Amino acid sequence: MGAVSLIVLVIAAVVFSAGGILAGRLFVKGSTNPQKGQPYECGIPTASSPWQQFHVGYYLFALLFLVFDVELVFLYPWAVVVKEIGIIALVEILFFIFILFIGFLYAHKQGALKWI
Amino acid sequence: MFSLEHITNEVQNWLSSNFSSGWVLVWECLIVIVLTTGLFAVLGLVLVLMERKVAAQIQIRLGPNRVGPRGMLQTVADTLKLVMKEGLTPDLADKFLFNLAPFLVMMVAMLLLAPIAFARGFQLWDINIGVLYISAVSSLSVIGILMAGWASNNKYSLLGAMRSGAQIVSYELSAGMAVLSIVVLSGSLQITEIIQSQQNGWWLFKGHIPAVIAFVVFIIAVTAETNRAPFDLAEAESELTAGFHTEYSGMKFALFFLAEYINIFIVCAIGATLFLGGWMPLHIGSWGGFNHLMDYIPSSIWFLGKTFLLIFLIMWFRWTFPRLRVDQLLALEWKYLLPISMLNLLLVTLIAILGWHF
Repeated sequence: MGAVSLIVLVIAAVVFSAGGILAGRLFVKGSTNPQKGQPYECGIPTASSPWQQFHVGYYLFALLFLVFDVELVFLYPWAVVVKEIGIIALVEILFFIFILFIGFLYAHKQGALKWI
Repeated sequence: MFSLEHITNEVQNWLSSNFSSGWVLVWECLIVIVLTTGLFAVLGLVLVLMERKVAAQIQIRLGPNRVGPRGMLQTVADTLKLVMKEGLTPDLADKFLFNLAPFLVMMVAMLLLAPIAFARGFQLWDINIGVLYISAVSSLSVIGILMAGWASNNKYSLLGAMRSGAQIVSYELSAGMAVLSIVVLSGSLQITEIIQSQQNGWWLFKGHIPAVIAFVVFIIAVTAETNRAPFDLAEAESELTAGFHTEYSGMKFALFFLAEYINIFIVCAIGATLFLGGWMPLHIGSWGGFNHLMDYIPSSIWFLGKTFLLIFLIMWFRWTFPRLRVDQLLALEWKYLLPISMLNLLLVTLIAILGWHF
């Protein structure tokens, strides 16, 4: 169908989700209760806001991911043509991956992969 | 002979002979919307039932067996129950993002259907960068999950979303590397060309040991990417209640649940396409009679069979391996899978250049 299919699929997803949620609305008789809107915390009153500090590890892994994800994007065009170019392309990508691997080893040495 | 390609062509011809070109497009769009939403609904019902039945078989019990014949209608009853439930929004939640997140997750799941070839000539859009498209769009699902977790204003949700985010982005790397090794072997990003290149044998068999390593890495990575056990830290029931969708209820919860199962189907379909030849029948070298016999099985059956085989494998994992800790999970990816898949990619390249694959 070509590129139109993407728009059609987005419309299908919205129709499906909205249809489901609206169908749910039809049947529900809502009740009001002061504690109904409280965050779920195993039945005890909420202690503090969850929007506080969280573990720095998630941030470090996200940064590391960014480096390797960009690498992966660079590898896609290479992967398509590598068979035609031959051994030169392999040697070139060897350098590319070697440099990244040094960076990876550096991150490892600095303790970025350790979960404290 | 019955085939989906034949039916679509018939429908296309009938439409174009009866309507003007603009209306043909409108009708096609409507048909696609009906088919994809139907597929989602059916897949949700079938996969949830399959999960429960597989779990029951592995644990030597019966599983759902009250509603309908042999419990076949259990998930229909469950869906009806979910429709009846009220969809709550917590008072302190970020209401806009909270309600947007299920839509986003469903949209990503739906968009991933576009380049998948369900049968010979039965594909929505044969985009020439199909594999890149899949890895680009599938990485969007993490945004929906983080959005849901953050907007819920709940500690369990936030922690689950953070874990899920770290896990999905990490395992995306080795999944991407495994996919790349097939791209190197077939020399194309287009799904149909990748399938065509497996006419005389699937890449899993043609690519020697590196292809098998890539397949194993791929299966591990997609199990983690879809937040399935043993990598289900994001929604570890015993620690986080339900992870990022703790605060969701009713149909909004159902949409998250459905998107999760649809994602399993999609990643298994991609795995089946890349490694097991998509809709290609099993052909063995020069066994003419055998190959001819295999050709009689319709291509859609081949595709669904391979996909459901992989889905069964992933469901099997859940009842075989214990859950990992979050540091073990990230160590597995960064210290083992990523270096292995990098080296494996180089090995695959060497094999492809020297022409050692069959």
